[in-house]
Amino acid sequence: MDVVLLSRIQFALTIGFHYIFPPVSIGLALVLVIMEGLFLKTQNPLYRQMVHFWVRIFALIFSLGVASGIVMEFEFGTNWANYSRFVGDVFGSPLAAEGMFAFFLESTFLGILLFGWNRVGPKMHFFSTLMVALGSTMSAFWIIVANSWMQTPAGYHVVTEGSHRRAEITDFWAMVFNPSSMDRFTHTMVGAWQAGAWLVVSVGAYYLLRKRHEAFSKASIKIGLVIALVSSVLQLTTGHTSAIGVSKNQPAKLAAFEGHYEKKAPAPLYLFGWVDEANERVRFGLGFPGMLGVLISGDPKMQIQGLRAFPQEDRPPVQIVFQTYHLMVMIGMGLIGLSLLGVFLWWRGALFQSKWMLYLLTIAFLGPQIANQVGWVAAEVGRQPWIVYGLLRTYEGVSPVVSSAEVLASILMFSFIYLILFVLFIYLMIRKIEKGPEEAMREGVPASY
Amino acid sequence: MDLPVSFNEIWFLLIGVLLTGYACLDGFDLGVGSLHLLTKSDRDRRIFLNAIGPVWDGNEVWLVVGGGALFAAFPKVYASVFSGFYIAFMLFLLALISRAASIEFRSKEPMGWWRQLWDIVFSLSSILASILLGVALGNLAWGIPLTAEGDFAIGFLGLLHPYSLLVGLTTLALFMLHGNIYLLVKTEGDLQTEVRRWFPSVMIFFLICFVVTTLMTLAKVPRMTALIREYPVLGIFSILNLLAIVNLVREVYRERFAQAFFSSCMTIVTLLILFALGTYPNFVYSAGSPEYSLTIFNASSSDKTLTVMLVIVAITLPFVLAYTAYVHWVFRGKVRMEPIGK
Repeated sequence: MDVVLLSRIQFALTIGFHYIFPPVSIGLALVLVIMEGLFLKTQNPLYRQMVHFWVRIFALIFSLGVASGIVMEFEFGTNWANYSRFVGDVFGSPLAAEGMFAFFLESTFLGILLFGWNRVGPKMHFFSTLMVALGSTMSAFWIIVANSWMQTPAGYHVVTEGSHRRAEITDFWAMVFNPSSMDRFTHTMVGAWQAGAWLVVSVGAYYLLRKRHEAFSKASIKIGLVIALVSSVLQLTTGHTSAIGVSKNQPAKLAAFEGHYEKKAPAPLYLFGWVDEANERVRFGLGFPGMLGVLISGDPKMQIQGLRAFPQEDRPPVQIVFQTYHLMVMIGMGLIGLSLLGVFLWWRGALFQSKWMLYLLTIAFLGPQIANQVGWVAAEVGRQPWIVYGLLRTYEGVSPVVSSAEVLASILMFSFIYLILFVLFIYLMIRKIEKGPEEAMREGVPASY
Repeated sequence: MDLPVSFNEIWFLLIGVLLTGYACLDGFDLGVGSLHLLTKSDRDRRIFLNAIGPVWDGNEVWLVVGGGALFAAFPKVYASVFSGFYIAFMLFLLALISRAASIEFRSKEPMGWWRQLWDIVFSLSSILASILLGVALGNLAWGIPLTAEGDFAIGFLGLLHPYSLLVGLTTLALFMLHGNIYLLVKTEGDLQTEVRRWFPSVMIFFLICFVVTTLMTLAKVPRMTALIREYPVLGIFSILNLLAIVNLVREVYRERFAQAFFSSCMTIVTLLILFALGTYPNFVYSAGSPEYSLTIFNASSSDKTLTVMLVIVAITLPFVLAYTAYVHWVFRGKVRMEPIGK
């Protein structure tokens, strides 16, 4: 296999594994702020118990995010050296800003959040929780700025030095607020809140099915469900504005989302389908004619550029983008329905008795996890064949001195160690959940390794 | 704006500060890890881990931010070094991930074999990470054959030559010394006595490595001392380095461990200053064809980017220093094993 494909596989593997963790920790950080805020306000010991329990889960998830995140900081250099040379002047500064604004903040205050219960006062502890949440949000902001610049480059010009081209910054704020960064930041953040909120709901529902920790579980589900409902509905609007942005800035990606081939025509919105890439059409699909135009501009007759408007070498792979995009949308819709149903049953006083609903809620945490993963696949594969949209092709960005044997070796290494980490992570999550909140409370500070 | 120094020099200095901060901070927890297996009881090993528990994660951030800053300020160095050291760097990442995992997983099960397993992973990965950092520094000092494109591909085995391995060993010894003194600060009673007993051996190990590396650098890598020979006043850093080492021993024997820790930080700082003086103005010295060397001028980002980042640092650094100091103050004092929970 060639080194470009192997490097792409490695990047997908390492970023996909990494991305299991940060969204949940961003979401849980928000949940923790709310729970600890409620504790400070009401002094209800139940909230304190919740904070103690969820802080431990948070710490485990956070530490795996850090461990797998270190790889990401260096992988541009190890595997994408020519990309790094091309974009360094532009792309490096948001990365460095992420470190200065976010990484120091979250890792430092995490120490107090975890180990500081008896060393600082309750207000200072709450402040630390707030700082961890703020840090994780700023981290998301800067890394999405960097990624969005790859999707919709702005605020730069290209200079040539000998045989080399490289992008140089001309306007920092135009780079930071490039056409897609705010849409993609809000969409990602809300996806992260969903991941955190649904995990809280799922654990509570699991306990209720087992008839354990009832007061704790009911309170957890209520907090989680409210955040889940708000963020699931909010995700509809961030998704909508993101789609409008893609139609403006990356029309080939939008065409791939919907498997739309015709050069310029009204396009349907598919519920599902199978892209026949050879014959350039969607088969077995259920689509609403003209709805893509309605979604973007309110006009069903809107002429939308299809894939045939782009030369073959500028088109992204269609099938994978179509399927991942539609899976994300479907899960998003499902989560809106589930949260509405949950709140309705809660209002009717039937939520905590309804067994089938509790079963559904127990597995609900998988929804945002899968949607977050496939959403990113759609976004990044949809950017292909470009590593920087319209400027640099993916194959041009690879490291010239790294051999395919070396990349294969590192892929095997990452697969091996990530598999072990993942198995241990699942095992420890189950252990912590089985131990339950009372045990977490009894142990108090997790002082001892 | 007319400054007496260029933005390139300021950023060379700032990346030096970040990596020195990393060495001073992660240096002690890598050192604690390297010494970890010397103590046998589960209780003592837990005290070791608790001594670094609240801070090791923050310490590694210095490396990550250093990497980000290098990418932003000197993208060609970032690209050449990490792709050129590919396998070595992958092993370094393996060590860091395994280390993080062992700290996280060790305490989660009571079984002896489980804890023993993670203790070994923790210690070996700490040793491997320390040596690899030194090997990288050794190669940068020795020089690497670069192409006109700024690339080098000498393979993993090409990185391992006597000089780089010697610097690797010296780095390990330095971190062990640093970690040993950190443990003297953080422990008490019998455990402190035991840690104190290790000190002479660790010190001698460090001194042997230090002397051999110094002699070999003077004899074989004259480039690394050229600037000091040209401006003898810079020799002050060599003198400060020796004074820090002497004072470190003196403070340990006077049982003033906090002062000894300060001196071992100063030892690391002065050694890295000497390294920076030796390599300046190169980042990566091209052995064979020096005109291909990546210098702080030909490998840097534009002045615009360097300025923007300087503003970011000016805004954030005071806060970072303030809350880092605050957290170290919150967790000051000895590590005990009492159950603190209420």
